[in-house]
Amino acid sequence: MPEEDISKYLRLDKLPHIWCPGCGNGIVLHAVLRAIGKLQLDQDKVAVVSGIGCSSRSAGYVDFNTLHTTHGRAIAFATGIKLARPDMTVIVLTGDGDCAAIGGNHLIHAARRNIDLTVVVFNNSIYGMTGGQSSPTTQPDDIAATAPYGNLENAFDLCELARASGASYAARSTTFHATQLPLLVEKGIQNKGFSFLDVITACPVYFGRMNKMPEAVDMLKYQRDNARNIKQWSTMTDEEKGGKFVIGELHNKPAPEYTDLYAALRARLKENK
Amino acid sequence: MIFPFPGKPKEVKFILGNEACVEAAIAAGCRFFAGYPITPSTEIAEGMAKALPRIGGTFIQMEDEIASLGAVIGASICGLKALTATSGPGFSLKQEHIGYAALTEIPCVIVNVMRGGPSTGLPTLPAQGDVMQARWGTHGDHPAIVLSPSSVKEYYELTIKAFNLSEKFRTPVILLPDEVIAHTREKLEIPENIKIVDRKKPPANVDKKNYRPYAVSRDDEVPVIPNFGEGFRFNITGLIHDDSGFPSNAPEITQSTLMRLHKKIAAGYGEIKGIEVDLPRGAEVAVLSYGASFRSAAQAAKDAQVGLVKLTTLFPFPDKEVKELAQKVKTIIVVEMNLGQLIGEVERAAGGLAKIAGVNIANGLLITPDVIREKIRACQKKT
Repeated sequence: MPEEDISKYLRLDKLPHIWCPGCGNGIVLHAVLRAIGKLQLDQDKVAVVSGIGCSSRSAGYVDFNTLHTTHGRAIAFATGIKLARPDMTVIVLTGDGDCAAIGGNHLIHAARRNIDLTVVVFNNSIYGMTGGQSSPTTQPDDIAATAPYGNLENAFDLCELARASGASYAARSTTFHATQLPLLVEKGIQNKGFSFLDVITACPVYFGRMNKMPEAVDMLKYQRDNARNIKQWSTMTDEEKGGKFVIGELHNKPAPEYTDLYAALRARLKENK
Repeated sequence: MIFPFPGKPKEVKFILGNEACVEAAIAAGCRFFAGYPITPSTEIAEGMAKALPRIGGTFIQMEDEIASLGAVIGASICGLKALTATSGPGFSLKQEHIGYAALTEIPCVIVNVMRGGPSTGLPTLPAQGDVMQARWGTHGDHPAIVLSPSSVKEYYELTIKAFNLSEKFRTPVILLPDEVIAHTREKLEIPENIKIVDRKKPPANVDKKNYRPYAVSRDDEVPVIPNFGEGFRFNITGLIHDDSGFPSNAPEITQSTLMRLHKKIAAGYGEIKGIEVDLPRGAEVAVLSYGASFRSAAQAAKDAQVGLVKLTTLFPFPDKEVKELAQKVKTIIVVEMNLGQLIGEVERAAGGLAKIAGVNIANGLLITPDVIREKIRACQKKT
């Protein structure tokens, strides 16, 4: 059971949501709201920015300053908000297609700048809103509407991508690990810098049905059976890692943050007038 | 809005067009710039990078043109006057977010220094080939305000006008200098009294919880949308939305929203328009132009007994004024560095009341007065 009442963060009059039965998006959003509740953030000082896709509809359901932007560009809009209002907490809710395909360039550059955004990717390995096409996190051989004979492409490891690009915090969890997830989001929000959360979530309606996991429970079982925590992961051989994925706090290395650096630049120029 | 500004100049400078744009943006209250380097607009980004952190503003070089306008809109949502500048290919990339700003009614200014196209085209040479893209580049039935300067002085004035209009009408304003004007160095008298417009804010005692950010009382009104972070906690979306800011696909809301976006611009036409008509008695031919081409047109019109028309606002197009002109002359010659863009608008507005002739050259060179003189003579013979 949730510790805090998160209903005050919801725009209850905008419910029911548009998500399909069995969708994991509600669990991810719940985790984000729990983290906000735990941190006791001032709702007036939180901006939630989203792109386009199922998960990006989240912004409309939550009672903050909410911005539903264009496909892939949420991080760019969020960058403008954070630069204009460094005192605000800026959270980006996005999907794997939105963030890593059309928005991939913005992801890596925001990470490189280490600007204080918290990006939560609802990663269901599929384009849900358009009906189940393959995404940059669809695994090789998985079936999708645009990969009817199996996916020929490799999948991104999004946490590795964020870390290599300069993010100061990167973590992964799943909708099955509903206790761990809010704690990781909370740490991400607390980190002063670019924080990246890759949340493995379920789309039984499109991904599941095409990949022999037609029920929501099948997909949660998949998450339970294939996730390995970071401690265990470090002891596993490459062979043992096959088909599995690592969860937990994967990277946490505080670094100078962009809006802080810019404020320091302004101060320096003022002194040397 | 009075142009040119009245009163004595505060300062006189010998300055590059793009530098005048920077000076004017800052004078207009711009405190945020996001952009991406591209010739021949880069001096604007460089100038803003230098100036903004010194006055409490923010400059950021983004990863591309799309992100630049995204960041500009994000900053504007928090209340900052924000600018981006680009050229040619970069302007193509801006289009999606121009539509976003138009529908969500977020003020912003986009400078597109016109260079030769299509594609990479002629990066260092002038053209006026982006006129119809500025009007129609983004998808859907969106409104547009497009301004185009013909001198460094006008570039300064229109930059301020662009910010004022964008704040007042809560719409993206496109400033369309060509490469000649951007890279011409001229005398600029910086005016002492500049009229600055700031966006309206909701009254202090308003009920923030139940505030409807897109509510209006007339169908041509500009809504008073709060800034983020000021206690309103509202929603902005690029989906068609009702007056609460939340998505709606109700046919009547869709139609009335689109109509209002156009009507608010039409209602403000008196302030937005920019047309100067100089029609000597008895003139049967008038030359109409804008931007650097206007300078050649003005040169050619000297001692030629022709009318001379300059547009500084290209859109909304001055339908009424052009129709009146067409009633008075037999031929209107439209001069532009493209294969025929604004001439179509002139033809439409003239409605067959006058013959329309074009001087349309898109070879990367400024059109010379001689070519225009020749056209004037040919048209005078025919009339």
